[in-house]
Amino acid sequence: MRSGPLVLTFLVGTTLIALFFIPHHNAQTINAKLLEWATVVYAFALILGSISLWNTHARKIRLKSDGWPYSIVTLVALVVVTALGVGQGVGEGTLVSRIYNMVNSPLASTMFALLAFFIASAAFRAFRARNVEATLLLVTAVLMMIGRVSIGEFIWKGFPGFTEWLLDVPNLAAKRAIAIGVGLGAVSIALKIILGIERGYLGRSR
Amino acid sequence: MSVVETWIAAFLTLCIFSFLYRDNPFYRFAEHLFVGVAAGYLLAVQYQNVILPNVWMPLTAGPHTPRSIVLALIPAVLGLLMLARVWERMTGPARWAIAFYVGIYSGIAVPGYLQGQIFAQLSDAAKPFAPGWGAVNSALVLLGLLTVLAYFFFSAPHRGIHGVGARIGIWFLMVAFGASFGYTVMARVSLLISRVQFLLRDWLHLIPTT
Amino acid sequence: MSWMARILAIDRRLIFVLVGLGTAIPLLRPVNLPITVTPRVEAAYQTIESLPAGSTVLISMDYEPDTMAELQPMSIAVLRHCFRRNLKVIVITLYPAGPGLVEPALRLAASAEGKERNKDYAFLGYKSGFQTVMIALGESIRQQFPVDFYKTPLDSIPILRGIDSYAKIDLVINLTASSAADYWIQFAASRYHKPLILGTTAVMATDYYPYLSSRQILGLVGGMKGAAEYEKRMDIFGDARRGMDAQSLVHVIIAALVILGNAALMMTRKAA
Repeated sequence: MRSGPLVLTFLVGTTLIALFFIPHHNAQTINAKLLEWATVVYAFALILGSISLWNTHARKIRLKSDGWPYSIVTLVALVVVTALGVGQGVGEGTLVSRIYNMVNSPLASTMFALLAFFIASAAFRAFRARNVEATLLLVTAVLMMIGRVSIGEFIWKGFPGFTEWLLDVPNLAAKRAIAIGVGLGAVSIALKIILGIERGYLGRSR
Repeated sequence: MSVVETWIAAFLTLCIFSFLYRDNPFYRFAEHLFVGVAAGYLLAVQYQNVILPNVWMPLTAGPHTPRSIVLALIPAVLGLLMLARVWERMTGPARWAIAFYVGIYSGIAVPGYLQGQIFAQLSDAAKPFAPGWGAVNSALVLLGLLTVLAYFFFSAPHRGIHGVGARIGIWFLMVAFGASFGYTVMARVSLLISRVQFLLRDWLHLIPTT
Repeated sequence: MSWMARILAIDRRLIFVLVGLGTAIPLLRPVNLPITVTPRVEAAYQTIESLPAGSTVLISMDYEPDTMAELQPMSIAVLRHCFRRNLKVIVITLYPAGPGLVEPALRLAASAEGKERNKDYAFLGYKSGFQTVMIALGESIRQQFPVDFYKTPLDSIPILRGIDSYAKIDLVINLTASSAADYWIQFAASRYHKPLILGTTAVMATDYYPYLSSRQILGLVGGMKGAAEYEKRMDIFGDARRGMDAQSLVHVIIAALVILGNAALMMTRKAA
């Protein structure tokens, strides 16, 4: 039951790799078409996610679990916005666009804005110079926090230049090593998937 | 935004901020509303921008040649197979859609990461040192790269020269993570500043608009 | 309990109040601390500045409301720069919630610089799939975007005449809060050899210094501070510059809290 999909993964993966090296117009047209099909599959996967969201909250309402009235809010919002978006569109001037600006935009921004408070509290309680490494991290963080904003230059004219050096030399070196490591890891996982060595994405076999 | 819309946005902003005192019904209402609106918006956008132009229009309004129909049907069938995962016994057929999707992005990843990340960065690392005092910085960058790579090499124990290299690598990593933490604080504070700007300027008009 | 131990045990809501006041007070009573433009932002500015009038710029604005505080002011400043240089601007977004942010930014920048849609700039809208779009733009823009965001066929948009792929694009600018930046580097810069500038959130900015060194990106604008620097360079007083006093004060508060926390712990240990 899984060998068919594994063969498909192999064929599609090797085709995409081969097409990278073939600049011919027809090859790139095939490349673009395959990628377009992938975006369609992704769109259906999002629908699947929404169905899963619906099922989760519908079950909460059915079983009257803790917080079930809030699930009604979620489901009503999901249905109303989807229906309006499908029917009227989502461009400027539509109702969905106004709901987005009034609801989605402030809620999303504020959720992340909360993190500023928690990062301050966490930094006070947990950011401790317990050893050499932690001290190095702490000192660099404090230097960055002060040196990269306007007040840093006020305190010491050389602050911006020093923080630029920290970013251009030790930070660059470490991030380059991480980028190379991540790249090697990504290529290795991709090859394992294409060759059928890694099969976890297909789920459990029956 | 109109006055009513601004007040609604301000109310929802304060609902989220109320969590700072403690969890409460206003926060939970706003949180659940956000999930529903965000999911609905995402669905609507995918329908308008992907499913309609790439599946529905080619099948209904297209030239209707056998080639065009097949080319429109393939992604539609794959998409429906993906949706079929809703039913437990359709997990098998749904694997074809997942296999296709995973194959595509694995195929893109290999040359993409090799060319764009690994080769490019190794090539830049192998270039001659900068002239004059810049050579010190170039040497430090090379030292940092080699020692951090030494740290991440876990196939051999960190002993002897390898251990010393890994230790120095950890110091470079700590400086890099400290820089990242400082910038993370900057990012979070920026988001807070933006929300407070909205409340003080657009809602309460305590700050001038221009 | 010693006073140091009391400090360590303070209710975190007091810290929240401190951070809140540190944000609000400088916004209500600005001091306008000076802003210095850092080399990486200057490099981004000079890359756009050096383009001859009439050059074509592709800007991909890939972010959503959760990061608009940092990226929206940056986008407006960069758009205004492109408009001032009389560059042809093509805007796309790879995030579904992107159009809601792109449209206001374009409207604001265009009205400030006296530019017209379809004549001076085009907004093609949202397309799903990062790598899909970036690779497909190497072949044909029209295949990916047969119509623009307002459903106008691309062939009837004057600014897009003769432009159908990377070949006719002189600069790519990516303003993003996600891994889209990595893919623009892999495809637009490395595969199609297009000059690329990045604008990112502060969280991500430190990760892209290796790509500056390898010249895969020619400039980097990081976070609200980067946006403020760009506004300063453009002589614009936007939201980013307005926020810098508050940024400075809150940073000082957090740094002081970290130092205080460590000092209190050390003194408590000494006493024990």
